[in-house]
Amino acid sequence: MKQFTTFLKKEFAHVLRDRKTLLILFGMPIMQILIFGFALTNEVKNSKIIVVDYAKDMASQNIITKIEASRYFEIEKAMMSAKEIEASFQQGIIKMAVVFPPDFNKDLLHQSTAQIQVIADASDPNTANTLTNYVSSIVQDYQRDLDKTSLLPYRIEPQTRMLYNPQLKGVHNFVPGVIALVLMLVCVMMTAVSIVREKEMGTMEILLVSPFKPIMVMVSKAIPYLILSLINVTTILLLSVFVLRVPVNGSIFLLFAESTLFIITCLTLGIFISVKTNSQQVAMLISLMGMLLPTILFSGFMFPIENMPKALQIFSNVVPAKWFYIIVRDIMIKGVGLSEIWKETLVLIGITLFLMAVSLKNFKIRLE
Amino acid sequence: MKDTVIKTDKLTKRFGDFIAANEISFEVYRGEIFGFLGANGAGKTTAMRMLCGLSAPSSGKAIIAGFDVYKQTEMIKRNIGYMSQKFSLYDDLTVLENIHFFGGIYGLTDKQLEMKSKALIERLGLQQEAKKLVASLPLGWKQKLSFSVAVLHDPKIVFLDEPTGGVDPVTRRQFWDLIYDAADRGVTVFVTTHYMDEAEYCHRISIMVDGRIEALDTPKGLKQAFQVQSMDEVFYTLARGAKRGD
Amino acid sequence: MDAVVVQDLIKIYGKDDVRAVDNVSFSVKPGELFGLIGPDGAGKTSIFRMLTTLLLPDGGSATVDGYDIVKDYKYIRNTVGYMPGRFSLYQDLTIEENLTFFATVFGTSIEENYHLIKDIYVQIERFKDRRAGKLSGGMKQKLALCCALIHKPTVLFLDEPTTGVDPVSRKEFWEMLKRLKQEGITIVVSTPYMDEATMCDRIALIQSGKILSIERPEVIVNAYADQLYAVKADHMYSLLKALNRFDHTINSYAYGEYAHASFRGPATEHEVVEFLTSQGLANIEMHRIAPTIEDCFIKLLKNS
Repeated sequence: MKQFTTFLKKEFAHVLRDRKTLLILFGMPIMQILIFGFALTNEVKNSKIIVVDYAKDMASQNIITKIEASRYFEIEKAMMSAKEIEASFQQGIIKMAVVFPPDFNKDLLHQSTAQIQVIADASDPNTANTLTNYVSSIVQDYQRDLDKTSLLPYRIEPQTRMLYNPQLKGVHNFVPGVIALVLMLVCVMMTAVSIVREKEMGTMEILLVSPFKPIMVMVSKAIPYLILSLINVTTILLLSVFVLRVPVNGSIFLLFAESTLFIITCLTLGIFISVKTNSQQVAMLISLMGMLLPTILFSGFMFPIENMPKALQIFSNVVPAKWFYIIVRDIMIKGVGLSEIWKETLVLIGITLFLMAVSLKNFKIRLE
Repeated sequence: MKDTVIKTDKLTKRFGDFIAANEISFEVYRGEIFGFLGANGAGKTTAMRMLCGLSAPSSGKAIIAGFDVYKQTEMIKRNIGYMSQKFSLYDDLTVLENIHFFGGIYGLTDKQLEMKSKALIERLGLQQEAKKLVASLPLGWKQKLSFSVAVLHDPKIVFLDEPTGGVDPVTRRQFWDLIYDAADRGVTVFVTTHYMDEAEYCHRISIMVDGRIEALDTPKGLKQAFQVQSMDEVFYTLARGAKRGD
Repeated sequence: MDAVVVQDLIKIYGKDDVRAVDNVSFSVKPGELFGLIGPDGAGKTSIFRMLTTLLLPDGGSATVDGYDIVKDYKYIRNTVGYMPGRFSLYQDLTIEENLTFFATVFGTSIEENYHLIKDIYVQIERFKDRRAGKLSGGMKQKLALCCALIHKPTVLFLDEPTTGVDPVSRKEFWEMLKRLKQEGITIVVSTPYMDEATMCDRIALIQSGKILSIERPEVIVNAYADQLYAVKADHMYSLLKALNRFDHTINSYAYGEYAHASFRGPATEHEVVEFLTSQGLANIEMHRIAPTIEDCFIKLLKNS
């Protein structure tokens, strides 16, 4: 045990004393979230919205006044046909259209329920989301006002339609993607390099001529990065919730548990690379080309796997990030529990155990 | 009248508060084998870098092969050769490719290269190995080859940084034969070494201690001045007082 | 029982079947200071790595402390101390942290074996909070020796500890080794510096993977068959060339301020001087000398 804590202390010293790398490791997730976030988010402020009021009654006028009151968007009233609206979307003139059907007020009064059509250009999912959320909240506001004066509850239903990108791929989806990417980068590359560095520096030579246990080296190398990565996951989640307004719908605890599992998968992958290579450069290249690229390509977060050729679809199954991506997306966005994702979790556990066994078996107890 | 090829006057290099080379002044003459000795960290490498035009002095003057170390570093590099134990040749090129590459850097024409590489390979007896990778040569041969490459362009001065470290005694002497031969042709040889018997082969020796040149004379003169039998003792007497390591 | 026994050890590298170590045999007695003397590429490091169980031999066998280097590698790793040729400590850890780390890896503590390293450690102790990467060459070497000693090894393997180190530090280092020997530790050390051979109890001269001679240094020197002369003249390079041309020269080469030379029987000192004078040399000085290890090595190399 004493030996293990000594190893651990040494590893922490290596990690903490390399200030530059540490800065990159902590800065990277923040950079990535911001880059992805802003690349996908246009200025919401300058978005042009048209309001098409077929009803022209009291209720619709009231809501329109409320929308206009924000002066946050550029709002134009126009009478457009469905075709004209679509044309404006296609030309990129407008970002959202709010359509009040005829008899809006009548429906509301007689049936206690009325509908508003909210159509947004979801090719920029982040903006579309913000805009529709904004309109929905105004409508809800109005509904609450009405409810105060009446005994009957009213229901105004905004019918949201996302044009061009109905699943809103983007903002919600890239956060799980970034988590997978960052964990992959930090865990695989850093552990891969850290054991190889001992080979390059010659310290492995001395360690080998001592009664140390390979498993001890591996575990102690992994722990600092496990902690570091958990901090990174926290940073990413905080940023996505508070800056990008992407909520975590499922259990936070489950999310962290699954992240820990994936981190361990990545760490074993890194250790596997490091026992197989002899120079830091090679280890770095393999982790970048062999690990990071498949993560981006085959995790499904940038390119939909369904559209790939069959062979690549099958290949994507061995990319751990794919499974993790599904897990995080389902927890964060769909808000599901373990019962829905146990299969993916099992696959990850399987990959991890396999890699661990192979790394331990391949750890060289001699030089060469 | 001796032909001076290196002349320094209070040459100094500071790194912050640390004075790596402290007002070193000396002269080296044409065709001379000049031994530049000192303990690890005495400032030899720093001084040598300044003389090769690789690092600008903090103060003082130095003229190398007739050129100023501040302004004419390009001209200095053209007129010197350099060889160190650590980097000399490309392991993954053949003997011939190395010769052509380094000759090419110094602007030798194809004809000159052809002639010189042939002569060089013959002199070193490397006919069999000319097309082999340098990596496959024994260390001693590599060192001899890299010295020959360093003087291929007939430089006025050749700087050798611990050229014989780890080489066997016979090869070491063959290496010194090459040095003598070059000096005979008028090339000035500026050499650092940790072998004290090699210090004896030099015409004159300087010994650096803590950034200063503490002694400079012929081997014989130094031994007389310190009233000892060997260079080893001279070095030991001087370097024992050193305060800093590298 | 001998501390180290090496029997016909062979190590082959690469596809060209280069024999880096070629049928090497020797043994080291407990408490002995044994030197492997030879140039770079002679096979010293390969031998060390096989004895420290880092490499598997391609032939032959060896034991350290009675343990087989292949079968019992775990025992050997527990008992020996090893200092590789290149500085191999953690550069980003301090002196004290490095030492503590290696002590714990071997399941011991600095205090337990402090007496062993005390003499060396006090010289670097005031820098104990400095990172190893920032130490001077001499200090690094001392720290590395401390780390190799901290678990009180029975056999200490030092691979070229003095390479690239200046003569003063080298002398200090050998004095440290002499003191360690008195503690009863068997030391196997390699060096390319011939002048260090006399510091060892016994030496093996090695070249191109083969051992040329194993003996006590004085025995090797006494076995030198020819009469060796030191010759000096006004011009060294001409002297060397002239000696080479002389018919009766067996061997001649530069050696410090003199040229060392041996001559075939009939040539007298007088004849040599006469010949050199005829070659245009002046101020000729010549006297008999006892050979050094380096002279012996040169002779062995030329014979082989």
